[in-house]
Amino acid sequence: MRFNIIGAGLAGLSAALTLAQAGEKCNLISYAPSERAQSVMAEGGINAALDTMGEYDTVEEHYEDTMKGGVYLADPNAVWELCSHAPEIVRELDRLGVPFSHNEKGIVERSFGGQKKKRTAYVKSSTGKMLMTAMIDAVRKYEVQGLVTRYPRHQLIDISIKDNMLSGVTIQDRFTSEPTFLHGKTILALGGMAGLFDGMTTGSAHNTSDAQAMLFEKGVEFANLEFVQYHPTTIGISGKRLLISEAARGEGGRLFVRRNGEPWYFMEEKYPELKNLMPRDVVSAEMVNVTARGDCEGQVYLDMTGIEKKVWQTRLSDLRDQCMHYVDIDPVRYPVPVAPGIHYFMGGVYVDEHHRTNIGGLYAAGECACQYHGANRLGGNSLLGAIYGGKVAAESAMNSTELRESNESVKNDVYSGDVPPILAKKISTILYRSLPIIRSEQDMLTAKTELGSLLANPHSIAEHRRIILALAMVESALNRKESRGAHKREDFPERDDEHFRKLSIVQMQDGAIRHTLREIPERRS
Amino acid sequence: MIFHIEILRQKNIASDPYRQRMTVEATDPKMTVATLLKALNADPELKDDSGNRVDEIKWECSCLQKKCGACAMRINGKPRLACDVKLGEFKKGEIVLEPLRKFPVIADLIVDRSVMLDNLKAITLWLEKEANHTKKGEDIAYEASRCLQCGCCLEVCPNYLSGDSFFSAAAFVPAARILSELPKKEQAQIIGNYKSHVYQGCGKSLSCRDICPAQIDIEQMLVNSNAVAVWKRYFK
Ligand SMILES: Cc1cc2nc3c(=O)[nH]c(=O)nc-3n(C[C@H](O)[C@H](O)[C@H](O)COP(=O)(O)OP(=O)(O)OC[C@H]3O[C@@H](n4cnc5c(N)ncnc54)[C@H](O)[C@@H]3O)c2cc1C
Ligand code: SF4
Ligand code: SF4
Ligand code: FES
Repeated sequence: MRFNIIGAGLAGLSAALTLAQAGEKCNLISYAPSERAQSVMAEGGINAALDTMGEYDTVEEHYEDTMKGGVYLADPNAVWELCSHAPEIVRELDRLGVPFSHNEKGIVERSFGGQKKKRTAYVKSSTGKMLMTAMIDAVRKYEVQGLVTRYPRHQLIDISIKDNMLSGVTIQDRFTSEPTFLHGKTILALGGMAGLFDGMTTGSAHNTSDAQAMLFEKGVEFANLEFVQYHPTTIGISGKRLLISEAARGEGGRLFVRRNGEPWYFMEEKYPELKNLMPRDVVSAEMVNVTARGDCEGQVYLDMTGIEKKVWQTRLSDLRDQCMHYVDIDPVRYPVPVAPGIHYFMGGVYVDEHHRTNIGGLYAAGECACQYHGANRLGGNSLLGAIYGGKVAAESAMNSTELRESNESVKNDVYSGDVPPILAKKISTILYRSLPIIRSEQDMLTAKTELGSLLANPHSIAEHRRIILALAMVESALNRKESRGAHKREDFPERDDEHFRKLSIVQMQDGAIRHTLREIPERRS
Repeated sequence: MIFHIEILRQKNIASDPYRQRMTVEATDPKMTVATLLKALNADPELKDDSGNRVDEIKWECSCLQKKCGACAMRINGKPRLACDVKLGEFKKGEIVLEPLRKFPVIADLIVDRSVMLDNLKAITLWLEKEANHTKKGEDIAYEASRCLQCGCCLEVCPNYLSGDSFFSAAAFVPAARILSELPKKEQAQIIGNYKSHVYQGCGKSLSCRDICPAQIDIEQMLVNSNAVAVWKRYFK
């Protein structure tokens, strides 16, 4: 029997590689070939305390920064394992041929948000693409050996669960429309839910969230849906938001706003230690605050003109090209107007430390899973989390016997259609208005009503599912009556550990959305 | 500004292609062909120039920023990425969109490019052993790793025919990474494959370099890999 992996970005590739190296067979299923996955877009880098920069960096500090950046909402044991495996993961990528730069101590690292030490390994501003090329090539060997079977234009459309146990998945060939049922333990590596904010994120259009919406309807538990990351430095371009990587600030870029006509480097003044490199939730909220002030203009700029020419060439070349091409501004010479934009989903499919979901035989890893990042993800931890999570999920799947036998054959009636652009836009607009960087109860209540009335209109199964997932997200945000990380509320501006240092779990039960809070495990000594 | 758009359409693999013309107004010269296609598909009232409803135009996109190769198509006769091309380029307002020609058409602007990935398997494109990092190798590996597998180079290559044994730039560009990182002793197999699938067949016209949307220095890749593979400079 083969394992199934849904999604062929970094998390899916990492799971496939782990299985193949152990001699196990898998199906690697993805909407499009790996070259098209969002992972290729990652720019800035991947975190690991390699201690190659003469700063005495340690795993403990990586752990502390990650926990603190996530405002203590992540599972401490999972984060500890992540950080302690990070150096080996990055060295393994180096052996796979990722062209990192090297110094006499090893792989060169740069500064990144929320971290006091240089801990982010990178290849110019195309780290994701470089990691993906190396991983794709590594997996190719096992394709030729028959251990990995690719289904590279196939969509997950259904999942078979009975008594909380999985038997398999149904996928559909996008070219021929033919469905196939695949029996086997399954690892979800679907990426984020960019489709919920159609055209408003930095991410990939392939990550529609349709698979997540289907899984949610089938009873898979989700967690922390309210934590949506706004990256401070994005620019609206044709059809999407263009990311200006945190690497730009890591290499010396500075944020300013004009106050009484003069540039004010507000982050440097307010946060003298980490300055422009505070965690993303903090920077984005500060940008909202300064642009709302009477003495400031409404536009924040990222000033990269002080970055040395050599750094542009050797470390940020791609970023400059993208800026010039899409924004018509040469960042070497002029400050670039930036605004926070939706970038990452901390929440997703609930998984435990071993990447098991609430369904036996079903695992999740990468951005589609809720793990490691708590209330706010640190830059550079997501590539790491995707690779490490894919590996852990594969190991858990290999070590478990959970799977329901199946005598199912292909069901032809499970295709639920797509969500048409008009409805996608409606849902996105409702979500965007109600879940900004600083949220108000009234807006969220309005959103709930609006989504409710969309449900009252006639709609297809896919449409129904998307609206339900959106509702679950808004309700999760309404229920969390505190401010923490990426979830900030004007009516509850303080963090409330006593009541809310917990995961918000959401699940469909008997046709209704049910919310509960779940304790976060204690750190093992 | 008014744009006249002509799209070479095809319902499915088996059906006959036909051309559909439509006229739309767009104001932002920075709008890309990709966003234009999104906008056309989002308009349920859209009619073509003969007054017929325009069914959903099938095409592929993922990143919308030239990083994933999904949206390659022929735009006014040239293979390009739809998310790369801005409307401001079309001074006369005439836009012709057609699927890439060297691949089977699945529907409208979607083609089946799986042959490209099969070709990479055929030349055993992977590292058997740990990568050998050198300063020069780093630069080549970076450049080679940028290949989007978009297929634009194949479209213009005078010597590339689908199903033929010559695999063209889309194979030798990624191969340059493997060759640059392979320890010398390990190069034998891939060199053999490389020779038959790349060296014998490439006329070095470099049309591929001029069209590559990632602006990969294809000439450099070719020179380097040939130095290793064909002239056996480092071999044995
Ligand atoms: C512009 C940008 C820059 C970034 N920079 C960084 C960075 O510097 N450092 C960092 O750590 N993180 C960064 N991130 C975040 C990081 O890239 C992602 O979180 C990470 O790559 C996610 O990997 P993944 O494998 O989970 O998902 P993805 O790479 O998104 O892959 C998802 C896979 O699932 C498939 N899929 C989706 N739905 C279906 C379906 N229904 N059926 C079948 N297949 C499906 C897709 O086709 C794809 O193969 C960045 C993100 C963006 C957008
Ligand atoms: S150099 Fe010419 S013949 Fe060789 S791959 Fe490029 S286009 Fe084809
Ligand atoms: S070499 Fe350039 S044109 Fe050819 S597939 Fe790669 S990115 Fe596309
Ligand atoms: S959509 Fe990715 S290259 Fe155009």
